[in-house]
Amino acid sequence: MRPLAGFLLRRLIGGVPALLIVAVGVFLLLDRAGGDAVDAWLVSIGGGDARMAAALRAEYGLDQSVFSRLTFMLGRLVQGDFGWSFALNRPIGPAIMERLPNTLQLMGAATGISFLIGSALGLIAGRRPGSWTDRLLSGGSLLLYSVPSFWLGLALSVIFAVRLRWFPVSGIETIASGKTGLDRAADVAWHLVLPVAALGMIYLALFLRVMRSGMVEAWGQDYALAARARGVPDRRVALNHAARNALVPLVTMLGLQAGAMLGGSVVIESVFGIPGFGRLAQEAVAGRDAPLLLAVVLVSALMVTLANILTDLAYGALDPRVGSGGRDAA
Amino acid sequence: MSFLISRRGLIGVAAGLLASTALPRLALAAGGRLVVAADSEPRQLNPAIVASNGVFFIASKIVEPLAEASFEAGGLRPLLATSWEGSEDGLAVTFRLREGVLWHDGKPFTSADVAFSALEVWKPLQNIGRSLFANLEDVETPDDQTAVFRFSKPTPLQLVANALPVVSAVLPKHVYEGTEIAANPANAALIGTGPFVWGEHKPGEYYLLRRNAAYWAPDQPKIDELVYRVLPDRAAAANSLEAGEIQLAAFSAVPLTDLERVSEVPGLEVVTKGYEALTYQLTVEINHRNAHLKHLKVRQAIAHAIDRKFVLDAIFLGYAAEATGPVPANDPTFYTPEVELYPHDVEKARALLDEAGYPAGADGTRFKLRLLPAPYFNETRQFGDYLRQALAAVGIDAVIVANDSAGHQKAVYTDHEFDLAVAPTVFRADPAISTTILVRSGVPAGTPFSNQGGYENPELDALIDEALITLDSGKRVDLYKRFQKLVTEDLPLINVADWSFTSVASDRLRGLASNPRWAVSNWADLEQEA
Repeated sequence: MRPLAGFLLRRLIGGVPALLIVAVGVFLLLDRAGGDAVDAWLVSIGGGDARMAAALRAEYGLDQSVFSRLTFMLGRLVQGDFGWSFALNRPIGPAIMERLPNTLQLMGAATGISFLIGSALGLIAGRRPGSWTDRLLSGGSLLLYSVPSFWLGLALSVIFAVRLRWFPVSGIETIASGKTGLDRAADVAWHLVLPVAALGMIYLALFLRVMRSGMVEAWGQDYALAARARGVPDRRVALNHAARNALVPLVTMLGLQAGAMLGGSVVIESVFGIPGFGRLAQEAVAGRDAPLLLAVVLVSALMVTLANILTDLAYGALDPRVGSGGRDAA
Repeated sequence: MSFLISRRGLIGVAAGLLASTALPRLALAAGGRLVVAADSEPRQLNPAIVASNGVFFIASKIVEPLAEASFEAGGLRPLLATSWEGSEDGLAVTFRLREGVLWHDGKPFTSADVAFSALEVWKPLQNIGRSLFANLEDVETPDDQTAVFRFSKPTPLQLVANALPVVSAVLPKHVYEGTEIAANPANAALIGTGPFVWGEHKPGEYYLLRRNAAYWAPDQPKIDELVYRVLPDRAAAANSLEAGEIQLAAFSAVPLTDLERVSEVPGLEVVTKGYEALTYQLTVEINHRNAHLKHLKVRQAIAHAIDRKFVLDAIFLGYAAEATGPVPANDPTFYTPEVELYPHDVEKARALLDEAGYPAGADGTRFKLRLLPAPYFNETRQFGDYLRQALAAVGIDAVIVANDSAGHQKAVYTDHEFDLAVAPTVFRADPAISTTILVRSGVPAGTPFSNQGGYENPELDALIDEALITLDSGKRVDLYKRFQKLVTEDLPLINVADWSFTSVASDRLRGLASNPRWAVSNWADLEQEA
């Protein structure tokens, strides 16, 4: 257990400078964009007077220099306090905690399903390269991969929600339904079908292609040949020998895609009206709400970091040659 | 073992799925629940502090003003006030208040609440009230049903009355007294006298309002639950309407380009009425600090370069009217068509530019300008694109500078880093509320939706100031007619189109668009058929 704890600690500490750079970068970028939180608010209320704007700026410290605002915010973050959101007019911590589960559900389900189906189909396609099954699957995945996710989301919504009415058009659960427990879980699952499909489909295609090429490569290796020569059934060679090796690059890809998927969920959340992290980030930028944006970005960065650590651990489990200690040193 | 559990879980999920498919249809039960699209969640929901349409859309159902706009003569329907009367010297306005009205927490509504709201909220805190009630000195309450507003300068009753629907949301004194009003928890769980009481707000998802069984008007409201579903994405709003998940999308939540398709969906109707007192104008704001734009002839040339008919057809798809000046044609009181008009005439525009001393260069270009279209509406952005082409045709190279809302706000109204800007200015029933500020000089920088183009015209300023203290309604109207003529002659800005919003609603709704500020009124008479 000890080496593992040490590995995790080293990885997390190693992430701190990256998080700091992200935080400062985001803050400065938002600061360079014209207008501040008060400007954004005045637009939304259709007018006000200059004195009111000045009073608000003073109240929220927006009249301070960039440096003092930045250091104040970082100081607060170090103490574990996200602060107060101007755009939402409430503390940021609870707002994050409300939105995070929605995004995690969406991303988690999309990742899980696309990984399972993608690798299974990739395995099938890669078993007999050049067969019609392979061509069909490879062609299909290329097609899927080239479809923009927002378009896929809209198309799914129009067909399955508007025309057929099988699924809800938007939202994360039936509004003000008073449901609890399993009922509520089922309701959320039902609402997530289309967004998860829209988000997962593209990654499914990606995983399928990576798995397929891994399988094709593994199939040509000596150990696969040796296993077949020994009379091991094809099925077992594919599952126990080839697939295990083909999974290694796939798992790497899984970790790398965690960040991209977070980006993709911004679009999907908007299309399906899911109050998640992506929409919160969008609201933060439009409202010039630096503390809120910073909180969203930092929590996202943390999530991606965690996803990568998990990937590394899985990597070690799949491939005994890769010890976590050794990898870390390299 | 773990497999068994997950399989059992899956069966449960599947059963739940089957059961829940029946649910959304329930939302259409008679009386029952009405689900409405909301495109934003205001950070401050108190309508006495923030007088804006985004806030009123939700809050006006809970917190009521003294009076609401009406299609009938006089233009006002009494709500919390039953009558109002001005003194001859214009220094006092006496309101008689409705009896038997209760706050949602059961306490009686009295003149003390009105006095408190006016002196502690509207005058010091409200975005519009701060200027409108600047001369309000005191509110006397001789009895529980009478409130006398005392002004330090003559204040026309006509202006006060026209502003009532917007500025006079009354707050309960017993909840707000002695607290920091802008931070009072009741701002996020409003307490009012209106037909609906606060239910809950789930950020990012919905607001829930419930029927106020003790509402002062008998048999109202007729809806049990009012739900505002947060749908920032416009495609989602249209799709949700088609799928029957929501019954109403107001404030053009369904884009103009989708209206034709949506109007053909059985069970849905497009409603263009109910926004008459919320008319917007598509306006070209001009920075008079620019050496070229200082010349009246250049401004006239720009006005002549715009093909208003094309703008109406191509950008507004017919859902707008040509603007002749700073007051929209659908205003029943102040509008006059007797102003300087600028018909589309490219040749004349070119001639005017020649006369102003700007001959076309070798490449046909006379000079360059920065053009900042406001990003708030599709239509303002599209008009920016059109204006660039229209100006190119007369030899002006307008370079579009695109910002988002906050950026635009700062660039135009604080930093003045523009030459031309496209603004959606709002006419709020009286030119003194939000129209004269667009051309009056001396407005401090940083004031949104005001004259930040550095325009100064002493004659116009004097006229605006005179109208502000003219008590006689007839004389006041004449002054504002002259105001329209002066503005169109000197072109501090160019008004292009009068436009308003559309609603898309279920055809089972009755009582839609029943007043000229319908979307932001209290919906007490709105009904839903089974």
